[in-house]
Amino acid sequence: MATTKRTVEVALSTNGLDRDGRPQRVPLVTDAGGNVLTMEAPAALEPELEGEHMLINIGPQHPATHGVLRLVLELDGETVVRCVPHIGYLHSGFEKMGEYRQYNQIIPWTDREDYLNSPGNNVAFALGAERLFGVECTERAKVLRVIAMELSRIMSHLVWMGTTAVDIGAFTPFLWTFQERENIYNLLEGWVGARLTTSMTRVGGMAADLPDGWTDGLRKFLRGFPATLEESDRMLTKNGIWVGRTVGLGAMNAEEALHYGLSGPMARASGVAYDVRKDFPYLDYETYDFDVPVGTNGDVYDRYLVRLEEMRESVRILEQALARLPEGPINVDDPRLVLPPKHKAQSEMESMIHHFKLVMEGPRPPVGECYVPVESSKGEKGYYFVSDGTAKPVRWRIRPPAFVNLSAIPKMVEGHLLSDVIVINASIDIVMGEIDR
Amino acid sequence: MGLIARPEPGGVVRGEADVSPDSWVTTRLDFLVNWARANSLWPMPFGTACCAIEFMATAASRYDLARFGMERLSYSPRQADVLLCAGRVPYKLAPVIRRIYQQMPQPKWVIAMGACASTGGMFDNYSMVQGIDTIIPVDVYVPGCPPRPEGLMYGILMLQEKVKQERLRDRALRREMEPDPESQLYIPASAINELSEPFGNSVHQTRSGL
Amino acid sequence: MPPRAFQPYAAGSAVADAEAPRTPVNVPHRGGPANPSAAALRAAFGEDVVRRVDVVWGETTVYVEASRAADVVRWLKEDAGQRYDYLVDVTAVEYREPERPIEVVWHLRSLPFRRFLRLKAELDKAAPLEVPSVVALHRSADWLEREVYDMFGVRFEGHPDLRRILMWETYREGHPLRKDFPLRGRFSRAEQLRQALRTEPEAHYSMEEITVAEAFAHLPADMRARLGAGPKGGPAEQAGVE
Repeated sequence: MATTKRTVEVALSTNGLDRDGRPQRVPLVTDAGGNVLTMEAPAALEPELEGEHMLINIGPQHPATHGVLRLVLELDGETVVRCVPHIGYLHSGFEKMGEYRQYNQIIPWTDREDYLNSPGNNVAFALGAERLFGVECTERAKVLRVIAMELSRIMSHLVWMGTTAVDIGAFTPFLWTFQERENIYNLLEGWVGARLTTSMTRVGGMAADLPDGWTDGLRKFLRGFPATLEESDRMLTKNGIWVGRTVGLGAMNAEEALHYGLSGPMARASGVAYDVRKDFPYLDYETYDFDVPVGTNGDVYDRYLVRLEEMRESVRILEQALARLPEGPINVDDPRLVLPPKHKAQSEMESMIHHFKLVMEGPRPPVGECYVPVESSKGEKGYYFVSDGTAKPVRWRIRPPAFVNLSAIPKMVEGHLLSDVIVINASIDIVMGEIDR
Repeated sequence: MGLIARPEPGGVVRGEADVSPDSWVTTRLDFLVNWARANSLWPMPFGTACCAIEFMATAASRYDLARFGMERLSYSPRQADVLLCAGRVPYKLAPVIRRIYQQMPQPKWVIAMGACASTGGMFDNYSMVQGIDTIIPVDVYVPGCPPRPEGLMYGILMLQEKVKQERLRDRALRREMEPDPESQLYIPASAINELSEPFGNSVHQTRSGL
Repeated sequence: MPPRAFQPYAAGSAVADAEAPRTPVNVPHRGGPANPSAAALRAAFGEDVVRRVDVVWGETTVYVEASRAADVVRWLKEDAGQRYDYLVDVTAVEYREPERPIEVVWHLRSLPFRRFLRLKAELDKAAPLEVPSVVALHRSADWLEREVYDMFGVRFEGHPDLRRILMWETYREGHPLRKDFPLRGRFSRAEQLRQALRTEPEAHYSMEEITVAEAFAHLPADMRARLGAGPKGGPAEQAGVE
């Protein structure tokens, strides 16, 4: 049987070209009828796919970065090899300005740094400043502050849930959560006059007492709110898309969480059972009956579950706070700190001078320093004050939980896909105002 | 008709006389174009801080920006009409907002939402731009810290009124302002310093002298 | 994959015989019980490292010698009786009196024993402001130390990537939280704006426009090395970087 040997160009399943870009030629032996007898495989049949890593910039203006965060990602295809975050695009000089203002004048700035958790920041500031002055607030103020903190926790988690859902692609929970936020806004507006940036505490007490009927408003909210949580729970928790997009993403185990200094729901989802309310309590939190959810895997899904459950626990705390709200003054009776009643300031000379001195010069704490942490919605938040005896602090340091939580993002996104970066970033619950201060 | 004055880099103000008369056709065309533009202003939310949250609340169900044709938020500046700067802008972010503004095609407008975007707000310090009008031209300023959703909507309606008063023949309105190539500033440095001066006696109320 | 159930926890993670947590009341200004770790530190390191112990408002502050700060933090983390496993904060304080030194402050927390400790190191302003970095022990110190460098100019030896974090990297006005830095900055507003607008004159922020060349200069050194010489004709090649 005569055989012919010729070489043919072989169309390969890939692109059929060798390293130099020419079609591969392999020896082929056929018989007279054209049937293939043997074919030698070329040396390198499958050309290696050569690629280079790609550099992608996300932000600082981007819908999904939750503020002005800039991530520079080194990608291998769609997989993240390395992530370098750049922050500072919202640096507002809070700590510098705090050295030029009296203690009560700093309170409006505390609203603006973690603006989702404004009442919580106000409470944290008042607690720290009061420790620095050596006073304790009244019983009524304590319970009012617990109400403020838990309301702000709910507010912040609602935004988190809405915006994370939008990042993953579900738009409707955003509308539900913002509608509930409107209800809380109405309550806050009735209490202190502002929706978002509340400035609701003062050193020594509160800015204002509850108006009549406010507690009924809060009860009404607490009756309706669990239903919204149930709605969102039903929509998301067992949803195949949600589970598929969040389970296993950005997992940090407990050791890594401690090493990276995570706190708040990020740490608790990783299994670190640390909640400032339980471990270093303030405002008599040890007398309230509530649980702290702690997850196991530390992935995005666990963080979602932890935050959802935290909102339910906040509802529990709020109900207890409402039940035990005592009557009494909201401001401590300390003339060094608290303005005299208006009618006295307008009729008595001593009170007017007292008012004048407090407003113009400000209350002066003794020399010292203190750091009082609270559990904000992002984690351990605290203000570190250093006083030299004058009316303005020498140093006002904001310990930003979201800053430290965000520093773990390069670890969390390595090996994940580009679209997962958005989800993981959302799960940290960053607020650039607090991160950049 | 009338004199339209536009400041140019270097502080020179030159006037352009709009000499050709409006006819019925051009008036109707203006009305049509302005009506279309005003009622579908696609915002580009340059949200940085607390005002962004109030902007989101305005876009949500209770206050609902969709009634104004603005629910289609465009995060790509190439497809946006209005740059809605919601929040404070530090110096580090200044080149970003400048670049975003330059990437938007004409016709474009800018709303400075909130006190910080308008004048620097309560942040009169080393890191904060004292009003984005030192970097980009602003059409509507919405005061507030943060402005209530009703306030933002009032500002949007004001912008719609402004849009409806435009004339197609007025080329000056849609001319892109070029920054000074060496300093990258749109308005003279003296104007920027004057705009950024602490306002009134607010600074001295604390007796800190600063 | 079905969602997992998880167990809500009621208590913290402290060891069984740690003191039960209570809201502090009647905290004295000075005096009061010191954190037992202070005495343990003194015993372990001696008087030349542990300079002073203060108890102010119920919090114990230990002044340590600056060059040994990382050793102290390591001992506090690894000793079985201390277990300060959580670094809360790294910051610095400059006082209004110019002759007082700058203090670098570490806030440490022991979750098992429910304790809080503040370490301070004093840095004379006449000498270079340097302390050892604790990044290897607590990764959270990474950005916290960068911020202290940015705001105060304190250098942390051993930090892998000490560069500015809140201000832009070519910021020329100085270190903002120093007391000799005026509140509104040193330059005029127009000059600040000019410098800010010049930082990234060709900044591209959309995915279609980014080129490796522009982002290249801002990357950490090892990332730059891994990406090689950069794109052909990019500034890295032009500059002759290998």
